[in-house]
Amino acid sequence: MGRRTCLFDRHGAAGAKIVDFSGWDMPLHYGSQIEEHHQVRGAAGVFDVSHMTVTDVAGVDAENWLRYLLANDVARLEAPGKALYSLLLNHDGGVVDDLIVYRTEAGYRLVTNCATRGKVLTWLAQNRRDFRVQVEERPNLAIMAVNGPDSIALACEALPADVIESVRQLGNFGSFEHGGWLVARTGYTGELGLEVILPEQQAGALWDALLAAGVKPAGLGARDTLRLEAGMNLYGQDMDENTSPLSANLGWSVSLRGEERDFIGREAVLRHKQRQGKGGLPVLAGLVLEARGVLRNGQQVLTDKGEGVITSGSFSPTLKQSIALARIPWGSESCQVDLRGAMVPLKIVKPGFVRFGKRIFGNDL
Amino acid sequence: MSNIPDDFYYASTHEWIKIDDNGVATVGISGHAQEALGDIVFVELPEPGTEIEARAEIAVVESVKAASDIYSPVGGEITAVNEALIDNPQLVNTAPYEDGWIYRMTINDKRDLDELLNAEAYAEHCSDE
Repeated sequence: MGRRTCLFDRHGAAGAKIVDFSGWDMPLHYGSQIEEHHQVRGAAGVFDVSHMTVTDVAGVDAENWLRYLLANDVARLEAPGKALYSLLLNHDGGVVDDLIVYRTEAGYRLVTNCATRGKVLTWLAQNRRDFRVQVEERPNLAIMAVNGPDSIALACEALPADVIESVRQLGNFGSFEHGGWLVARTGYTGELGLEVILPEQQAGALWDALLAAGVKPAGLGARDTLRLEAGMNLYGQDMDENTSPLSANLGWSVSLRGEERDFIGREAVLRHKQRQGKGGLPVLAGLVLEARGVLRNGQQVLTDKGEGVITSGSFSPTLKQSIALARIPWGSESCQVDLRGAMVPLKIVKPGFVRFGKRIFGNDL
Repeated sequence: MSNIPDDFYYASTHEWIKIDDNGVATVGISGHAQEALGDIVFVELPEPGTEIEARAEIAVVESVKAASDIYSPVGGEITAVNEALIDNPQLVNTAPYEDGWIYRMTINDKRDLDELLNAEAYAEHCSDE
């Protein structure tokens, strides 16, 4: 038996098929992964993501420490209520993890992945140096992600009356705190949505209220196809400690502005940039299979510039064809894959296939 | 393992075959198989007229999770395929023993059926896996 979130019994009551996810017993789906996917694209679904790791950072040097640790620059978060996506890089510019950092009233909150929990906590501890910070993991918080075009309207029926006005005023990547809750307009599906981080004793009541308002539970299976359609990377699949952010379509999140900010991995990323300019680094591209079939993780592909590999491949329930993220040689113009003995052409597109329920890639690169 | 039809034959590779009064055989995959595969997104159907030997690959079912080969439980000739699965492959999930059938065939040698499991033996096979 694995670790369980405080919502485990409710998953069972909702008919969940439970699978092991990095040592946690988590819902894969509640009957049909594809129906849950459509539910999120067309209305609203709720994911229990309480298995993710929450770490609070406070202290006089909190900002300076995170400016040293994170590849994105928390100085951009000029006040509590702001959040950004960032990578944690190692000294070679490889990706230790990806995360969302929220600026809170007490400091900062990091939400990192479940599978990387041990190594991230170790990395934070190893890189404390002389910074005056308090770092506290918060294992007793639950996280619910409510996503879909109707998510905010329905969540407002379920949330306590005294937070609804604040929820309505949130912009993208905005957040607010209220009585031990943090409510944020962040998510992992390419749809409108909220993430609510709250004490686990209160999570069951919110889950029940969301379901009563018409939000449907959605499992990790749908979460994976939704994020893939949105062109969002999954840590451990699309990038890891051996991947440059520039080969993971994440260069945008590495803030190189300001000579004075010397964060871990900066020198390495600058070297990667030089290599990339000469075509020496592969890129993470989107692939679309027009023919029938499903692209799978780990499959080799062949481009006009050489070999590549599919890092995330699946069936897109919205587009009704297979899509993938793949690491392929820089400058590739054509691509094909061996499907059961036949070489089949793939279209190369920018990563990102569906946003707000609509197809977003064109016919050209 | 409820809902395993009594009057079908089953292969250990999770296909079922049903013989009607006219001797026409219909083939599909079991409820256990579709549940393990998850949502089915494509079914690659055989060509009618194809001659197939017992236990040879004849079709492919692709789910959100994996691609799975379908092996013909008996040898014979494909006489019809379930074209409804082209637009609605999830019939295999929702009605694996009925509307989710995959193909029909003639049987060359009825002795092939002796190699298959009855419902009870198949239920036991699934619980052993």
